[in-house]
Amino acid sequence: MNILKQLLQNKTSLTGFIFILLFALTALLAPVVAKPQNKQDSYKMPQASYEIEPMPPSQTHLFGTTENQYDLYYGLIWGTRLAFKVSITVVFFAVIIGILIGGLAGYKGGIIDEILMRFTDIIFAVPSMVLAMVIATLLGRGMLNMLLALTVVAWPSYARLIRGEVLKIKELDFVASSRAMGGGGLHIFFKHILPNTLNPLIVMAGLDMGYIVLTASSLSFLGLGVPAGTADWGQLVALSRNWILGTYGNPFEYWYTLIFPGGALVLFVLSWNLLGDGLRDILDPKTHLR
Amino acid sequence: MLKFIARRILALPLVLLGVSFFLFLLASNLPPETRAALYVKDAKQLSSLNEVIDKYDLNAPVLIQYSRWLGKIIKGDLGYSESAGMPVTEAIKSYFPATAQLAVLTIFLVLFFGLTFGIFSAIYKGRFLDKLLRLISLSGFSLPLFVLGLLLLMVFYGKYHLFAPGEYSLSADLIIHGPGFKNYTGFSLIDALLNLNFYVFFDVLNHLILPALTLCFGSFALQMQVMRSSLIEELSKDYITAARARGLSEVRVILNHALRNALIPALTLASIQFIRLLGGTVIVETVFDYNGLGRFGVECARQLDIAGILGFSLVVAFLFVLGNLAADILYRVCDPRIRLK
Repeated sequence: MNILKQLLQNKTSLTGFIFILLFALTALLAPVVAKPQNKQDSYKMPQASYEIEPMPPSQTHLFGTTENQYDLYYGLIWGTRLAFKVSITVVFFAVIIGILIGGLAGYKGGIIDEILMRFTDIIFAVPSMVLAMVIATLLGRGMLNMLLALTVVAWPSYARLIRGEVLKIKELDFVASSRAMGGGGLHIFFKHILPNTLNPLIVMAGLDMGYIVLTASSLSFLGLGVPAGTADWGQLVALSRNWILGTYGNPFEYWYTLIFPGGALVLFVLSWNLLGDGLRDILDPKTHLR
Repeated sequence: MLKFIARRILALPLVLLGVSFFLFLLASNLPPETRAALYVKDAKQLSSLNEVIDKYDLNAPVLIQYSRWLGKIIKGDLGYSESAGMPVTEAIKSYFPATAQLAVLTIFLVLFFGLTFGIFSAIYKGRFLDKLLRLISLSGFSLPLFVLGLLLLMVFYGKYHLFAPGEYSLSADLIIHGPGFKNYTGFSLIDALLNLNFYVFFDVLNHLILPALTLCFGSFALQMQVMRSSLIEELSKDYITAARARGLSEVRVILNHALRNALIPALTLASIQFIRLLGGTVIVETVFDYNGLGRFGVECARQLDIAGILGFSLVVAFLFVLGNLAADILYRVCDPRIRLK
């Protein structure tokens, strides 16, 4: 609770926090404020007709429609839900894998450490965007494979972080005293070491939430992420590509096709960055002294 | 020092070996018909798929297949790219110059904006200008490049008809591929100058500006932060106080003393960023229809051109690892404190 209090005292992290709350509320209320028409797959955007040309905002389409008449209001609302689904899933599994692998490497050391860390080197040897793209492609296009690709790219940073922390903490006196009292390996790791690695872990996870949505929507933008017609901000931005030119005398005619989904994405990523920065100042002040 | 460099250079092929095995393992899920392109040299061979599958034994255990493929890629044979319609090695060679040109222009912009903003931010630390510049750099971290790129196109191409997407315009394309224009280097900017064709030169430059600006926006923020914090650190040191005490003007203290030392980390970062840019930028090249390495990679991924995907990612990984190695070595060469450890 103390952390929350400190977060709310800082203007920038407060801004980030409020926006994330609004996003979260939108995501939770999505089935109420934008009733799904496709009962099997709520993330599928409804199409108003089979016309191609986008329609400007109106009474029936609050934010207008984009190419192929996908309703932008529906796409934005369910896109928010999808953004949370993607980031929470990926961060959750990346943290779990990171704790297990990084913890094992740091705690056991020796040959196990060497093997596990060389494996993270392999993942780090390819830029994360390219690696996610390649993995998603080789596994085949689809939601599950995209989540898998993003997780494969995300976990090594956590593993390295946890390993470094564990190496530091396991040399401290309280760990030695617990061992002297007969504490077992698992007991020491989960009871004494892991809780002390939590602060940097939370900071990293907070900064990652926005970044993962950014990578996911980049994949969708390239046409390599979620299937066509899914409410995804990156895909909505991709649909605006043919309409950035407008017509003669009205160059910004189709502005809404780009500004709404692009704006939502920017705001989401920015909010997490603001919050993450605030968290870092509070939980991990060493890394951010200046 | 030498020992450290030697060890790092020896580790480089090992990491690449790991990357190639990891990617090959992933690809081995695909049916042998798709994987056949990894082993052939032209489209003709692909028409008799079963022969290729039999000849290279594409149903054999993964390790055996991998060692066979490894033997080929070590010789520089990356297979046949169906999306580019040529061998992968040739495709990479032909797309590389466009990406390299873009990388050079981008890194100049990154250095210009990153260093100036960083220096001013450090000098005016904590004041309004510093806060403003840091806010701009935060947006550099948060703005997705494909949104920014499309926005720039909307304004500068849609409204003002400047800076069209693509690598060069149709008329320049006709000149470049027409008679009388010699391709000396493959770099269209340099070739245009060598042919004394300034129309093509400015046409190519014109097409480079928006993608370079977009890429710069994604990279300058880090450069700025590094410059800012390293200059702040230098300015707090004793030799700066001594220089001020000797009565040197603040401009001279900063330019002649602090900046010299503070530039080291910034320039090191720039060299890493440059090498990474050489690997192509999948997003920006796609947004601007810019025919470079990154767009080639995306095209391969879209068309499930397996030889192209693996070849592209190996080249990118090679450059990426090389960049990290260069950074490690530069830091040690430049900073005697690390060297001693």
